[in-house]
Amino acid sequence: MVDLRLGAGIAAGRLSGALIRALGLGGATTVPGRLARALVPDLLARLGRGLARGSVLVSGTNGKTTTARLLAWIGRRAGWACVHNRAGANLPAGIAAALLGQSALDGRVRGELGVFEVDEAALPLVSRALRPRVVVLGNLFRDQLDRYGEIDLVADRWRAALRDLPAEAAVIYNADDPLVADVARLRPGGRTFGIADPSLRRGERLEHAADGRYCYRCGIPYTYGAAYLGHLGEYHCARCGTARPPLDVGAAEVRLDGIAGSRFVLVAEGERAALTTVLPGLYNVYNVLAAAAAALALGIPLEAVAGAVREFVPAFGRGERMTIAGHPAYMLLAKNPAGFNEVLRSVLAEGRPIVAVIAINDLVADGRDVSWLWDVDFEMLADRCRLAVVTGVRAQDMAVRLKYAGLPQGTIAVEPDEARALRRGVGALQAGEPLYVLPTYTAMLRLRHILARDGVVHTSWED
Amino acid sequence: MGVDLRICHLYPDLLNLYGDRGNIAVLVRRARWRGIAVEVTEVPAGTPLRAGAHDLYFIGGGEDRQQALAARDLQAGKGEVLREAVEAGAVLLAVCGGYQLMGHFYRPSEGADLPGVGLLDLTTRHPGKGHPRLIGNTVVRWEPPGAGTPSTLVGFENHGGRTRLGPGVRPLGRVVIGGGNNGEDGTEGAVYRNAFGTYLHGPLLSKNPWFADHLIALALRRRHGEVPLVPLDDDLEAAAHHTALRRTR
Repeated sequence: MVDLRLGAGIAAGRLSGALIRALGLGGATTVPGRLARALVPDLLARLGRGLARGSVLVSGTNGKTTTARLLAWIGRRAGWACVHNRAGANLPAGIAAALLGQSALDGRVRGELGVFEVDEAALPLVSRALRPRVVVLGNLFRDQLDRYGEIDLVADRWRAALRDLPAEAAVIYNADDPLVADVARLRPGGRTFGIADPSLRRGERLEHAADGRYCYRCGIPYTYGAAYLGHLGEYHCARCGTARPPLDVGAAEVRLDGIAGSRFVLVAEGERAALTTVLPGLYNVYNVLAAAAAALALGIPLEAVAGAVREFVPAFGRGERMTIAGHPAYMLLAKNPAGFNEVLRSVLAEGRPIVAVIAINDLVADGRDVSWLWDVDFEMLADRCRLAVVTGVRAQDMAVRLKYAGLPQGTIAVEPDEARALRRGVGALQAGEPLYVLPTYTAMLRLRHILARDGVVHTSWED
Repeated sequence: MGVDLRICHLYPDLLNLYGDRGNIAVLVRRARWRGIAVEVTEVPAGTPLRAGAHDLYFIGGGEDRQQALAARDLQAGKGEVLREAVEAGAVLLAVCGGYQLMGHFYRPSEGADLPGVGLLDLTTRHPGKGHPRLIGNTVVRWEPPGAGTPSTLVGFENHGGRTRLGPGVRPLGRVVIGGGNNGEDGTEGAVYRNAFGTYLHGPLLSKNPWFADHLIALALRRRHGEVPLVPLDDDLEAAAHHTALRRTR
């Protein structure tokens, strides 16, 4: 029987999307979903049912976009049609919009596998609607506390999501994150991923941006055998014995090559595969592990996973390479302390003083509170930065932060206008020298818009 | 100059949620730029606090779990040392969760009260999960300590607890925009002797450098007498202050 209401909802959503694009108003990545869901409240559930291979939901503070994009790429390389919210709209409306884009008016979906990144707080709702086949829990860092209040509250929402999951769903989680592992403990049989290379340790003392350092049972600080990134590492509680769970999927022999990417050996169930990726930094090793673990759970063979990872091209703004006025340039999203520290480390690994454009906005999607800039270890830039051009809505806050981090006066330039900031950065480059662009989320969209206007990159929703 | 400043950073491991350590960085740099020798001692939970060893104490904010751990540790001895230090004229800046713990108690939405140190005459209650947190850019009008000093403090607040002041403290300032102590009576923060509590969290001093200098001057006074603070070039800080004022409107 034809469901007129469903058909009307889909038609309204698709029509609004076509209009928005035709009028050049944007990528139509959420409005169609919002409209259609208003007409058909159970739209997500109904469209999701049409995916023959089910859905994978990817959540976590850092790395959702890259992990989901990587997984969709691996899926496509395996020959599956994937529906994916690739523009990063990760609230229910954005996921609905992605599904609408692949739906016929009768509710049939052209796609086998759904790969969706999901906002941390929206996971219970999306999970209840889509009844996913796989859920990937990446990490929980302090990020946008103005929106979520406290990290523990996000963890509670994830616990609620896991409680409601279908019994046959696979939960894949980051064993190196004690808070995530504590959430996943609810659900025995989950599969873990993490780093299996103690040579990467950054000492037993955690970096400042670390969160979730206290045993969730005893309240005493975890003892770290190795801390890799923020509070991620090999931890155990000296009182109750809670420890990092054994790894099902691990990264061994990791070699970080700065901005150029990394190499490591993926170890899964006794099998090994050599991996290379152009995604820079240890945080991206975690993203590759998360996507690979999900792909393996979906039944894709290890060699096929490794081959797809090697050929993967990063999502916009996440290690994206481009050319600006003849100079190589890298756009590296930097939206919270742990991620920003990693970006700085990757950039400084090149070994010479850098020229950077740092763009800080405080819009809702960035987090209204810019206090987190003081949790980033900008001190590492103090004598390693030839020029830092600060821009965006909160350029002044950023400038003050760099001043107190010890950057010499002449190396900080305040230029709230983004286009001028880019020009100023480029103007300071010597021949062949790269420009590093480090923006928050909405600043990244804005910079990308400027670069697209000037023909340097394509707009986000077209790629 | 022979002038030195001894700063104590309490619970850098537990109460350090929103860039709170930025306040320490600002105090240290602003003192050093003036040739004042600064020593910062980090005192985590479990480490004793030596009586009389510091001129200025800083305590930041944390999530509920961490705050409970700090409350327990304060009861085990540090609270008494802090109370005596403040009575003797030492400077204290307590932010967010740390501010709540300087009062008589914190009553969570469920579970037992967290006892406070009681050096500030105030109490804090969480109104329950149904009530919104007070979150957002905040502007406070205060009485600046000197002529020529701006009369606004800007920052960001993010707290569930509602604080009520007793007669033994006065507010740090009046809320122009934001929730302040409780979202109702228009007060923000609390002052008793040289102890200051506030909900403006994170790197509050970076955008209110005149408040930072006020704290430094008070902290130096006790052992060194009146030390004139050389003016610094605060153009970037003032610009950040004005951006915050503009963003809050």
